Formats: sequence, C-alpha cells, structure tokens
Amino acid sequence: MPKIVINGEENEVKDGLTIIQACDELGIQIPRFCYHDKLPSVGSCRMCMVEISGSRKLVPSCATTVAEGMEIQTETEAIHKARKMVLEMLLVNHPLDCPICDKGGECDLQDQTYRYGLDNSAINVVKRAVEQKDFGPLIDPYMTRCIHCTRCIRFATEIAGVQELGALGRGDHTEISMYISKALSSELSGNLAEVCPVGALTNSQYAFKARPWELISTETIDVMDAIGSNIKVDASTLAVLRIMPKINDEINESWIGDKSRYIVDALRIQRLDQPMVRINSRLSKSSWHEAFKVIADKLKSLNGSQVAALMGDFVDVETAFITKKLFNALKCDNLDCRGGINFDANDRGSYLFNTTITGIEEADSCLIVGSNPRFEAPVLNARLRKRYLKGGFEIAVIGDKYDGNYKYDYLGNNIAILNDILDGKHEWVKKLKSSKKPMIILGQGAFYGNDAAEVISLAKAVAVKYNMIQKDWNGYNVLNTSTGMLSALEAGFVSQDKKVDTNSIIEAMKARNIKFLWLNNVDNINFDSIPQDVFVVYQGHHGDKGAARADVVLSSNLWLEQNGTYVNIEGRFQRAYKAVPSVGESKESWKIIRKLAEYINVDLHVETFEDLRNQIAAANPNFNAEFSAASFNNNSAAVPSLAGEIKSVIENYYRTDIISKNSVKMAECTKLFMKK
Amino acid sequence: MLEKNDRVFNNLYGTKGVSFDVAKSLGDFSNLKEILGKGADYIINEIKNSQLKGRGGAGFPTGMKWSFINKKDPRPKYLVINGDEGEPGTCKDREIIRHEPYKIVEGAIISSYAIEAKACYIYIRGEFIQETRALQKAIDDAYANGLLGKNCLGMYDLDIYIHFGAGAYICGEETALLESLEGRKGFPRIKPPFPAVSGLYANPTVINNIETIAVVPTILRRGADWYKSMGVAEAAGTKLFCISGFVNNPCVVEEKLGIGFKELIDTHCGGVIGGWDNFLAVIPGGSSTPIIPAALCERLTMDFEGMKAVGSSLGTGAVIVFNKSVEILRAMKNIVAFYNHESCGQCTPCREGSAAAVKIMNSIINKEAQPKDVDLLERIMDDTFGTTICALNDATVFAVKGFLKHYKEDIKQSLQI
Repeated sequence: MPKIVINGEENEVKDGLTIIQACDELGIQIPRFCYHDKLPSVGSCRMCMVEISGSRKLVPSCATTVAEGMEIQTETEAIHKARKMVLEMLLVNHPLDCPICDKGGECDLQDQTYRYGLDNSAINVVKRAVEQKDFGPLIDPYMTRCIHCTRCIRFATEIAGVQELGALGRGDHTEISMYISKALSSELSGNLAEVCPVGALTNSQYAFKARPWELISTETIDVMDAIGSNIKVDASTLAVLRIMPKINDEINESWIGDKSRYIVDALRIQRLDQPMVRINSRLSKSSWHEAFKVIADKLKSLNGSQVAALMGDFVDVETAFITKKLFNALKCDNLDCRGGINFDANDRGSYLFNTTITGIEEADSCLIVGSNPRFEAPVLNARLRKRYLKGGFEIAVIGDKYDGNYKYDYLGNNIAILNDILDGKHEWVKKLKSSKKPMIILGQGAFYGNDAAEVISLAKAVAVKYNMIQKDWNGYNVLNTSTGMLSALEAGFVSQDKKVDTNSIIEAMKARNIKFLWLNNVDNINFDSIPQDVFVVYQGHHGDKGAARADVVLSSNLWLEQNGTYVNIEGRFQRAYKAVPSVGESKESWKIIRKLAEYINVDLHVETFEDLRNQIAAANPNFNAEFSAASFNNNSAAVPSLAGEIKSVIENYYRTDIISKNSVKMAECTKLFMKK
Repeated sequence: MLEKNDRVFNNLYGTKGVSFDVAKSLGDFSNLKEILGKGADYIINEIKNSQLKGRGGAGFPTGMKWSFINKKDPRPKYLVINGDEGEPGTCKDREIIRHEPYKIVEGAIISSYAIEAKACYIYIRGEFIQETRALQKAIDDAYANGLLGKNCLGMYDLDIYIHFGAGAYICGEETALLESLEGRKGFPRIKPPFPAVSGLYANPTVINNIETIAVVPTILRRGADWYKSMGVAEAAGTKLFCISGFVNNPCVVEEKLGIGFKELIDTHCGGVIGGWDNFLAVIPGGSSTPIIPAALCERLTMDFEGMKAVGSSLGTGAVIVFNKSVEILRAMKNIVAFYNHESCGQCTPCREGSAAAVKIMNSIINKEAQPKDVDLLERIMDDTFGTTICALNDATVFAVKGFLKHYKEDIKQSLQI
C-alpha cells in the first residue's frame, strides 16, 4: 500500500495502480481520451499528463504506476497548458459538426474542451476528410470525427477477440478501419459505440433520435440472456430509445451483447396491447372484465387436476410466485417452468453457475460441455477470454465446435466422453489433474437427449473426482439461457410430484386428462400436439405461436414496463425497474393474476406489490439476502453411463426468443452473420 | 586527418572484395577467442574506457548501456542491432553492411558474449536488399566456420537472425523497432520500462546501432587507449561521416571526431560547389539536427561539444551541405513534410502538430500566409516539444526551430506585402 501525495494531500492507495486509477478512486478528476479502465492503456492521447516528483517532463498518468512517496500534481499551470495544447491539436482536424453529431451532449471531446480547452485557435487549416467506412448494420461510422484514441481497436482485439479492426496508414493519414471491409464479426460489437469518446462510431439504431439531456434514464436488468447484465435504459416519455450497459464488475463489467442492446426496435412491434378472446375460432378484442369472466367460468367447471400452467421466458419472480399461489389455491399441481430440462428445484447448486462470473478469473482449467458461450452468453465468453489472455488457462470443449476467440482442445461431440474422463481413460485428464482450480460448464446442449438428473450426477461425479469442489472453490457450473426459467425456479414454480414436467403435461393433454393450459410467455412447445379442445390462456407481451393458439390472450407488460425481480445464472436476485409506460391496455403481469383471483373467488392475501415481495422473502430467504453462491450438494447417486450426441441449443444468436425475432436489426445481423 | 593505419573500416568501399577470407586477411576474427577469453566484465570495462558513444544519433555511452543488463536475471537476454537507417542524409550503415558485414558479425558475437545473449536480431531497413544479401552471406560464413551456432569456440551459443523492416522511419526508434520485430505495428513504447529491463518479448535487451557494433571488435583488438587517443576529450575515436548535398564529391568517410568542418569538406569532398563563398549553411547530423548558417561554420569542429556550442548536435554524422542555390524555405518544408509523413500517428501532438506545420509551411511557400503564421508555427513547435512518447516530434521541433532561429526574420520578410 504505497503512500502518495496528490496535490499536497497524503493518500494511501492500492498496490500496482496507475496514477489515473489512483486518482479515480480518490475522486480526483483527470481528463482522458485513450484511457479506458477496462482496456489496456497506450498512453497516446497525452491528455492525462500530470507532474510527478523527479521527472522534468509531464508523464502520462494512465501509463505511470504509483510508487511509494511519489508526489503528484494534477492542476498546475504546465498541465493546463499541455491540456490546452492537446485539445487545440485534436480540434485541428476534428470537424466542429456537433449540431449534427449524435454524440453531442455526451461527447468526451466536447465536455473536455469546454472544461479545459480554448475557445478559439489560430491554427486555421483545411481539415482532413476520411472516406466513409462500412462497419455493418449495428455501427454507423463517421470517421472524419475520429481522434485516433484506438479504444475501438483495443476493444475489438482484447475484449471481443476479433483481429479485424485496426489502424491503417500512419501519422495524420491514419484511418481506423476494418482490415477487410465488412461488419465486425462479434456479438459484442455494439460496445464500439460505447467506448468511442467522440461521435466517430455511433449506435445506428439511436441515430438522430434524441439528445442525451432529453432522455429519461432508468438503471435496470437485461433479460435477453441469463447473465443478468446491468443496463441503463434511455427513453423518451413513451418509448425506449436505446439500451446501454451499466458498469457492474461482478457481472458484465462495462459490456453487453448486441442482442441486449439492439432489440430496442422490437419492443413496440407485434405487441399484445389488449386482452383478446376467441369467438367463433377468431381472436377478437375484448375488455379485461370479459376476458377474466371467460377464464373464470372455464376454471370453475374444472377441478385442479385438469388444469396446468407453464412459465416461459422473461418471467419475473413475483409473477411466477403469485401464479403458483393461484394455481395451488385451485388445488392444481401441474406446474412447470423448465421447458424439458428437468432440474431439481430443491438443489439450487445443481443448476446454477456456482463458480460465479468473477470466479472464472481464478480458474486455471475449464471443461465446457454442450455449450457455445459465445452465443449463449457473450459477456461471459468475454470473461473466459479475459482469463485466457492472462495465460495458464486450459479449455476443453465437448460438443459442437465454435469460434470462441480463445484456443481450446476439442474432445469430441458425445456425452460419453464425460464418462471416459470420469474413468480416467481420456487424455485430457492429465490437464485436469494438474490444475488447482478446475471448473466445468454444462450448457443446455449437454442435456440433449438425456435425462437431466443423470447428466447432472455424472457431471457432479467428475467435479468431485477432479478436485473441482474444494473448501472455498466450487467449479461445478450450469450455463442456463433463460432468466425466466431461473426466476420461476426460484419462485418454486414446479410440481411437488417429480413425475410432472412439461412433457408429461403435454402427454396428459393428449390423453384428455388436462383440459386447461395457462401459458406465460411460452412459445417454444409443440403446439400441434395440444388437442383443439384444450382451453389455452396466453399471458404475454408479444404475439407469436403461443398467442395464436390461445383461446384467451392476456396482454401483460414487457419487463421494461414494470418492476420485477430476476435471477441470473449465478442465482443472484436483481431488481428491475420500470423504464417506460405500458402499451395500450396491457397490465403488470402480477396484477393480472391478482385480478383473476377475484373472479374465481380466491383470496391470495396480496394487496400491494410489497405484500407479494414479503411473502416471497418468507418463502425464499435468498430473495432479499446479499448474494452468495449456492452450495454444492453431493447426492451420491449411482453414476450412469451415458452416450449420445450433443447439440448446441442456439444456432442463431440474433434470433432466440419472441422479442429478438421481431427485431429488424437482429434480422439484418442474421442475414449477414448466419450464412451457412 | 585520420592516418590510414588508424582506420577501423579498412574496406569501407569494398575495393578489396567482400568475403570471409578478405575480412580475415584484414584482421577480423584474428584473436576473437583471446578477446572473449578475457571475460564479459573485461569487455564491458574496455568499451567503457574507450568512451565509445552510440553512433545512432543519441550518443549514449555504449559500455554503460551494456552494464544495465542484470546478469542475475534468469530471463533470456537479447542483442538487437539497429540497421533501420532512415535519417535523411545518413548512409553510413549501408556502406558497413555492404562491404564490412564481417565486422558486424564479429561485433555481434563479442557484444552478445558481454551481455550473455544467446540470440541476436539484426533489424534491417526494407530497402536494403543487396546489403541484406551481403550480411546474410557473412552470417552463413560465420556458421560455416563454427563462429555461430551451438558451443562455438567452446565458449558461447549464438544465433543471428536478420529481420526486414517495411520502410517506416519510426521503426528506427528502438522501442518501435522492438514492436515491429515482435510483429506488431511500429509504435514506440512508453518508457519506463526501458529495454534493458523489458525489451524484446519483455526480456532484457540491448539495442545498438550497426556502426557501434561494427567498431567494437577493433577497439578490443587494439585497445581502448588507442581508440581514445583519437578524437577529442568528450568524443573519442573515429566516426563515419556521410557528406551529401552541394559538395563536389559526396562521400562516406571515416574520420576522427573533432575534425574541423571545413577540413572535412575540403579534404574528402573537394569543397563546396561554387567555393566557400557560395556556401550557405549546413545540417550537420541528419535532418533532425538544427541547421548551422555559414557564419558559424568558420571554426566548427565535428564533435558533440563543438556542435553544442553552435546550437546543433552531431546526430548520425550525416552532413548535408547547402550552397546558395538552395531555397531555405523549401528545404525546411521538405524536412517538416518528412516528419509529418513518418509520424506514427500515436500521440496527438506529433500527429496533428506536424500535419498543421506542413499546411502552414505550404501556405508560407505559396505566399498565402501572414507574418504572424511564422510565430504560430513556432508556438506549435514550442507547445508540442517534449509531450510525446518518443523523440520523433522533438526531432521535428529541433529541425524547425533551428531554421527559425536563423531565418525567421527572412521568412517573415518574404511574407510582407
């Protein structure tokens, strides 16, 4: 812990920090362009220069490490002069087109010129012009505005791991460009607009929509994958205009995937904006009263065992909990949220990412089974790459091959290989044995064609045998892709009867034992196998297969239009907040259930949202508690011998759910990147 | 004038032919084993005693540079030889590589032995095709004669590799050279860490100019005292001068440091075209050294101190002579345009400042500028001085300020309406 003196005040800072990091921690402002706290520093913009004792020249604070007793000045005349010079030089070629630039109002160059720069310059020369570039459908480049900070290049090469973006030419002829003109082939490319300090790389979707001071910002949670990335939603009074990452070092650092960022255009397309009831085989608009009455009449005519309910994507904990409560009150136990992979809801540790996302950085080997993290969780994949770049990280993959931006040993495409590893017959066992903190990641693909419980007990046996379970290290992980499923699981939305699951419910409908099916955002089951006389209620926000089959459609709010709680892969409960008002007549999803309960004369003892949350907290202690990783439960069942091909669940990253399927941007990306 | 038998480079023009046998007959490799037998410490001390300063332009004492390598460090150590000769007016390394490549190989063996390097990289300017062939042949000959490879002379392991540059002046800057050698774009690195601590592949590295390495064997063979006996107090030894511009016989010639400027031109180049009355100015050490007008050249001596006295520096010893047919403004613009073109583009002040300077220079030449623009040019130079990662921008500033120091009023005069 070196002691340093900054502007005359003595401070103690952490070891190994650079001056700019130390100043950031102490709240001392230092202007910067090329420095970004998540990217390697190059020290080339010369804006962050400070004075240190023992150096005649100013030093770049982003590239100078603090040392014991160092005396640092950040606001002297020489520094101000140097900052003025840098800004004057940057503005020699930067077009002063702020009125038509999308970055205006949140531009580093604008802000810092205002704070540190000159209001005029004697250097009056013809400005450089740069040919328009093509960066694909997600990023709009205006490269004449580029100030050559190279943040985008460092992001693309280090974080995204694609060596496609670089600086061509030299000196003031330098142009930031794709080496071969095409879109950046990364699921994180939207972050380029984020790291650019000026308006050179902009978000094509947000182009010319608004000025930052007009926006209403809400900090909330992303549900497009199950990482639970923290996001900042910028909206006008009615509509979401853009989604940006919010820094959370434990989950997404400063990044989000393209799907999370660019589904904005789908938020108001194909929306269910009012309840509908099927009359004479056609869905027609109705009032909430009518819709509830139809459902209540139907429910009153049936007993609990003839009713079933399924939960799908985007379901929050509160809605799942109150829905379960309602159906339990009807003596119905035909509940499921797992969509075919039958995790044991009572063993949290068996379906969560127990190492935690930050834990990846401590691991020294990783066995990935049936997963393509690049598609299933691009931000988590960036974390794997970050660990990989530090060196000493062995990765092996069982399952489909993928381009992961890191080197891995490909072991094959059969779950039987996991049995070989357990028996010590496989080559890769050597590497597992030699590592101190090994981890295993089971993707959704690992469960393809096999019973989930058996796959889990096999994986657990591997984990135990190869030292993945230690006193303060849990290397057993499952990478889920649906926040809705995890949230519903935490709300206990499964049947008490272990034999009941999504498949058994469908079979029961075929056998005419179940006559009423409640769907909340479920669109991926086989609707052809549901007999015509089953009464289907669909609660959701986007019209797709589920709504098309439904007899009654209840339009509920999107996650950005209501408060809620979502669980991520680690089992972390995070609160999401309302960012925009609801569309049409749609209601908050928990209120729909609460209202329906009145129509069927069930008292749920829920008057307010607080009541509901208190009841959840009573049922699940993790709901309000500080996050801690789930414990490992070694249910020493007999280890099965498994065999069968592993198939990746996500073939197209850009179109995975009903929201992204309705996005024009995602369709453009599909066309561009998903060519076979 | 340097005596014939005091020359280090006896075959600088290749008149005796270029081969291993010729080199041997001229004394190369004659007592290599004996020199190495005296040990690394002896070699470093002897080079320190000889006061040999780096011949690449900065003039850093070579022996001291070698002594920065920490021998206890377990990491591999590297010797990198800088043959990316790109400074306008400089062509001394080219002559050495062409005609005296065996001196480089021998120097590399001795230097690597002194710093315990097992691999040596020679970074050569991309345009030097014929030169590289000559050097490669010398390296091949050394392998064939058991002087390179594993367990040579029973004393050392050494491999020498040649690496081609791709025509960027900035890759002559030592850390940019390392970046280029590692396969990346030639961007200078931030110092510290210095190469002696973290250089090539983040290992301890010594980087020396071709000429520095090539004189090492002769110094050790004939002794530091012999070398020191030539030249002047602060600048010992001999140096290759590359004289170009408006002289009757432009040439590369080896001379004692401290020789008079006029003597150098008269003896080796047959004087200035049009005689000394027609002499205008001289750029004494490559394009980045400040220009010296004729009036200050009367007693000018070619050494570090002598140059300092007239506000310039010795640089690489590339003497560019101007006579009165040269238009100072255009010469100045050429030099600024060169530095703008060769700026790597990393640091803002250099990238934007040099580009603005070129544009201002053009407007001055086209008589579109006002006299105050000359002051603006000077202000840009003053403001950007010392603010960048490497010294390229400082070189621009030196050159431009040198011109402005002596010719500012003339330039302003030319812009008066």
